[in-house]
Amino acid sequence: MNKFTLLDGLVAPMDRANVDTDAIIPKQFLKSIKRSGFGPNAFDEWRYLDHGEPGMDNSKRQLNPDFVLNQARYQGAQVLLARENFGCGSSREHAPWALEDYGFRVIIAPSFADIFFNNCFKNGLLPIRLAEDKVDALFKAAAKAVGYRLTIDLEKQLITTPDGQRYAFEVDAHRKYCLINGLDDIGLTLKHKDDIKSFEAKHRAAQPWL
Amino acid sequence: MNTQTLYDKLWNSHLVRTEPDGTALIYIDRHLVHEVTSPQAFEGLRLAQRKPWSPISMLAVPDHNVPTTKRSGGIADPISRLQVETLDANCNEFGITEFKMNDIRQGVVHVMGPEQGATLPGMTVVCGDSHTSTHGAFGALAHGIGTSEVEHVMATQCLVAKKSKSMLVKVSGVLRNGVTAKDIALAVIGKIGTAGGTGYAIEFGGDTVRALSMEARMTLCNMAIEAGARAGMIAADDTTFAYLKGRPFAPHGAQWDQAVTYWRTLHSDEGAKFDTLVELNAADIKPQVTWGTSPEMVVAVDGLVPDPENAPDAVKRGDWERALAYMGLQANMPIEQIKIDKVFIGSCTNGRIEDMRAAAAVAKGKKVAGNVMLAMVVPGSGLVKAQAEQEGLDKIFIAAGFEWRDPGCSMCLAMNDDRLSPGERCASTSNRNFEGRQGQGGRTHLVSPEMAAAAAIAGHFVDVSKL
Ligand code: SF4
Repeated sequence: MNKFTLLDGLVAPMDRANVDTDAIIPKQFLKSIKRSGFGPNAFDEWRYLDHGEPGMDNSKRQLNPDFVLNQARYQGAQVLLARENFGCGSSREHAPWALEDYGFRVIIAPSFADIFFNNCFKNGLLPIRLAEDKVDALFKAAAKAVGYRLTIDLEKQLITTPDGQRYAFEVDAHRKYCLINGLDDIGLTLKHKDDIKSFEAKHRAAQPWL
Repeated sequence: MNTQTLYDKLWNSHLVRTEPDGTALIYIDRHLVHEVTSPQAFEGLRLAQRKPWSPISMLAVPDHNVPTTKRSGGIADPISRLQVETLDANCNEFGITEFKMNDIRQGVVHVMGPEQGATLPGMTVVCGDSHTSTHGAFGALAHGIGTSEVEHVMATQCLVAKKSKSMLVKVSGVLRNGVTAKDIALAVIGKIGTAGGTGYAIEFGGDTVRALSMEARMTLCNMAIEAGARAGMIAADDTTFAYLKGRPFAPHGAQWDQAVTYWRTLHSDEGAKFDTLVELNAADIKPQVTWGTSPEMVVAVDGLVPDPENAPDAVKRGDWERALAYMGLQANMPIEQIKIDKVFIGSCTNGRIEDMRAAAAVAKGKKVAGNVMLAMVVPGSGLVKAQAEQEGLDKIFIAAGFEWRDPGCSMCLAMNDDRLSPGERCASTSNRNFEGRQGQGGRTHLVSPEMAAAAAIAGHFVDVSKL
């Protein structure tokens, strides 16, 4: 997993609530047995004018000029600004894989769906919950200034705007630790192997039908 | 006195350890696996030279990609085929029980698991699939996980989790004629919103819920995720035990009695505190129809398509306008005037035997309307299909002009060949009406099996409570 410490990134706004994981990566791309290569199909149905299928040469497809991420000013964006309940619906981890592969490292929204939120951390993507009015202010600022960037400092848990405003954000200590160090949970959990084994023995003795 | 909710009991009885920040390791009893969200997890295991901690806790089935016709000929789409073959190969390699595509026990993972008795009260159940909440109907703590977590559970038998807040959704009174668990679920989502349950584990209670069959309870818990809750649950009772008794994976003999004794303790104690309480009166719930592109965009069948002018705020107004444009609907149009092109009866929400019976009862002796070009019934599993055929339900459907298919996820998410074409409108018993969910440009209206069958016959939505 990629480490995440500090990012100074271009911001792209996606001004709609309840963006679901079906929209982030449509089902036909879930047939892949790989973890990578989903970026060109992120938001496929919104992003292109034709219907996408796995194996197509995406560089030859016609982009939808009305889709926000296709605007020239947002190319190379690493910070996605979103509305409430981002990432709802299907548990597909292909959604964070696609966003990360597209180039995003941070998503800022008033709220996220639980499974998606969780999945982000496993893939070096930092989802940040920020109060609605603050997100709103960021939307307005990003719309006004072309090339609007934000600095996200995970260590200090701070977002800094170009005019020096600072927004603090919350993140679980455990998730922060894993993200900063690029650690995979499995290795960490297996340090507690003995605890798991002794729990398991007791549990099975109490419920022998399991 | 120390009172506990059902969720507290399930959580505490699986707690391996807790970190100071509240992050916990939760032991997992049952891990269900399907072909879409597992290949990368198996690959991860192999790369790290790890093995599944407990292969016997796992049960696998291909469901999302399988065709619902001419199955003996195999899967035509090479990419889908590879994904199913990859599951077969992984299960062989790691010694995991799998019901393969042509096994009669194959079905949608959330129909298959309970049907086999693989979901039991008091268990923790996970699956790389958001609708794992279904299994909470048995008084289990069940939730969907991502692929990294699938790998984590395979490797460690544990999940890293933080305890959720608790919500009690209490439904009281007698349901009107023609109103089902699906309508309760949609009404709850309409009330609290698709993010209303985010961060919560929901327990469904109240006398209305207690009176529901196991199938109906599964429908209700299945939709908990559409309210944003990772887990939905219902305390186990005699209905649960009667359903489970004698199923292949359920305990037998003396162990059965021992298990039931324990399972009877799994309910929220009198006076247990919930963080949030939502109450519904069963008599107020009418058959529901979604009109938009999120399950919270729902109204009663006798209502009107909402007007964005009346939206509570600007963001919502934008969402409603976009949804109406996508759905090709006019504000203030009566729901009953919406004509449909296709009908899908099936999925992990409504693909069980009771759903088949309910739809067949409406379709019996009738004909699918001329404007409906395809009405398909896809049983949730091979065993559901066999049972339905034994009861002659297939004949009722076929005589009415429905197609009777083989089990799988089918047009719930249209990963196989069953899908809507752009602009087509579908009455669907599935759980998600997102843009493109049933095929790019397809328009989905979520309803109960009764409502879907009635819409197929009429060619537009009708109020089944008045039939
Ligand atoms: S039936 Fe639909 S919701 Fe259920 S598991 Fe299959 S695709 Fe997912």
